[in-house]
Amino acid sequence: MDLSFNAEERAFQSEVRGFIAKNLTEEMKRATALTPSVFSDPDIGTAWQRALHANGWGAPGWPVEYGGPPWTPAQRWIFETECARAGVPNVNVMGVKMVGPVIIGFGSPEQKNFYLPRILSGEDYWCQGYSEPGSGSDLSSLKTRAVRDGDDYIINGTKIWTTHAHHANRMFALVRTSDGPRQQDGISFILIDMKTPGITTRPILTIGGDHEVNQVFFDDVRVPVANRVGEEGKGWTYGKYLLEFERGSGIASAKLREGLKAIADLAESDLTGRAIDSPDIATRISEVEIDIDALEMTELRVLSALQTGQNPGAVSSILKLRNSEIRQAVTRLGVDVIGHDALAVEPMRPLYRLNHEPAVPEEMLTMVPEYLNGRAYTIFGGTSEIQRDIIAKMMLGI
Amino acid sequence: MDLNLSDEQRLLRDSAERFVAGSYDADHRRKMANDPLGFSPAVWKQFAELGWLALPLPEEFGGLGGGAVEIGILMEAFGRGLVSEPYVATVVLGAALIARCGTNEQKQASLPKVADGSLKLAFAHSERAARFDLAKVATSATKTAQGWRLSGSKIAVLDGHAADDIIVSALVHDHHGPSGRIGLFVAPATAPGLALSDYARLGGGRACNIELADLHLPEDALLGDGHDALPAIEWAVDRAMAALGAEAVGIMQTLLDTTLDYTKIRKQFGRPLSANQVIRHRLADMAMQVDEARSIALRAALKAASPPVERARAASGAKAKIGKCARFVGEQSIQLHGGMGVTEELEVGAYFKRLIAFDTLFGGSAHHYARHAELGRKA
Repeated sequence: MDLSFNAEERAFQSEVRGFIAKNLTEEMKRATALTPSVFSDPDIGTAWQRALHANGWGAPGWPVEYGGPPWTPAQRWIFETECARAGVPNVNVMGVKMVGPVIIGFGSPEQKNFYLPRILSGEDYWCQGYSEPGSGSDLSSLKTRAVRDGDDYIINGTKIWTTHAHHANRMFALVRTSDGPRQQDGISFILIDMKTPGITTRPILTIGGDHEVNQVFFDDVRVPVANRVGEEGKGWTYGKYLLEFERGSGIASAKLREGLKAIADLAESDLTGRAIDSPDIATRISEVEIDIDALEMTELRVLSALQTGQNPGAVSSILKLRNSEIRQAVTRLGVDVIGHDALAVEPMRPLYRLNHEPAVPEEMLTMVPEYLNGRAYTIFGGTSEIQRDIIAKMMLGI
Repeated sequence: MDLNLSDEQRLLRDSAERFVAGSYDADHRRKMANDPLGFSPAVWKQFAELGWLALPLPEEFGGLGGGAVEIGILMEAFGRGLVSEPYVATVVLGAALIARCGTNEQKQASLPKVADGSLKLAFAHSERAARFDLAKVATSATKTAQGWRLSGSKIAVLDGHAADDIIVSALVHDHHGPSGRIGLFVAPATAPGLALSDYARLGGGRACNIELADLHLPEDALLGDGHDALPAIEWAVDRAMAALGAEAVGIMQTLLDTTLDYTKIRKQFGRPLSANQVIRHRLADMAMQVDEARSIALRAALKAASPPVERARAASGAKAKIGKCARFVGEQSIQLHGGMGVTEELEVGAYFKRLIAFDTLFGGSAHHYARHAELGRKA
């Protein structure tokens, strides 16, 4: 057992650091630090995706024949960790990490040839059509319907919590193509061009004041049958496969550590009247840091298992659950550390392009919106309650 | 970077699990709980034969040169069966202090005997007024013409009743008075001037308080060359906390398994307890905390040989977090067993009590969160 990296891994680490130093601009860094939602806006995120792609690093986790980098799990870890340390933009995961693996796993050769290069290059920007107003945790009860009409499906219904639908040119969606005795059986996985007539998008503002999610309406939207991934009625299987990816690329601790560090720095600064001098704050920072240490070790244990071809199993639910809970603890700490400055509301977005002097120092601006928006971490991608159901079933057999 | 067990480590884990499963059952534990010694000398002999007593000792003194990770593997298995042999007192604390501080002669005199099972040790350090502050030692060691004279009181000495030699920490007084240095002195447990009163320890095994009233020791009772032993004490206690953390993980795993089985069998309202979501979620939380505890215990072991601040933060972090997880898992195990969980008829209580003892030893979660924070500001 060994926590340290070998010579090869250390060489890769300096390669990643070199790449970041060369490509991460101050503007990207500042914009990322001042984004209180989950993902960077496309003007920032796509620029970073292009830089990664130009270096052959556009799709970590993809097989090499589809353009993924030939990395070991340890290299993947180093890459993600260095990116988090440097504060690189949070590229929207809907393309590379979500629909990409599904197309690779279940798509037709035509779909692979068409879509995968466009995901890699950042040319296509994807959103995810899963949840509906009536189908949250009980996702397979979804009602958006696709009715066959010749070589097309005609889609009617609505999707909600659609992250970046207002930026995306494509959506992957779960739609109902038939009604069977089991509600999971009549679902298909379909790729939709967002410019198709009949699609409208309504913004939803989250409690932190950010426009990140939307509701999308489908009114007789015609989509070629050729845009269906895999078999009709098998969409649930593909959709669940994708959720495994959503729940844990398994490398979250580095980002949590950076978030905590920013707050600890504030706590040690005169801006907060040295909040750290309060024993309660100091202890809570330690408590969260230790939780991150434990999560990091679990991630490394999973990674070690992957390196030797073992299946880590239901641990992805543990990782998702703990990551979301710790993230909320970090953001809660952020609010407490800035004290009275938590009272100031800055409604303008993006925070990195304000046309006025904000009421509080810039490094405090995201604390309250991150805490408020961050309540969603234990809700999206399967609520904590659903994750506990999965852990009980998959790990404990009950 | 690789956290998979090596072949040797896997063998160690398998043999430890097999041994504990085969030799430790409820009957054995009940017998030990009422035994004045609190453990079985026959089992101790087997530990020696299996090489476990030699495991972390240096090779040149009859040891196997293992590290904190190997100790953790062993301790986790011990936790599964609630082993009560004085392993931490003798090997993880006592022998480690001699290996780190002793002269060649002192090491040669003790370590091979620890390895072959013929010498048991204990570490007398804690004092009532010091609470959990390792640096606070009032017991004095005064230089005399013949050697040393020790006076003071020690509490919570793990397995002191079973030890042949007791390593006593004391503030060294020279001609000018207190020197500010802590020394470690090896005292035979039977020496006149050393009065030991032992008690049954919460969760199994025994501990004792020791009164030192003009305990006279020869010059070479002092370990090493008289350097301040505080860094060595912190090192040894950090490693002991990592080892005990691994043991707590084993205890929690057994509690989780037992509780899970019980909720599947126990029926109320015409269905098993485990059919209720509130119970399933509780068990999921318990499983998650056991897993987190396992991760942080492993981290403390992997950092046991790191520079002092890094090592100490990892050890305190693990102690604090595992203590918190242990209380949750332990308390919920009793809760989910219902009334039976509060009785001595089931073993849930025995495992729970060992967890509470773990949480208390060397300071609880609050103490170690604070130490972690304090060390972070120094780092």
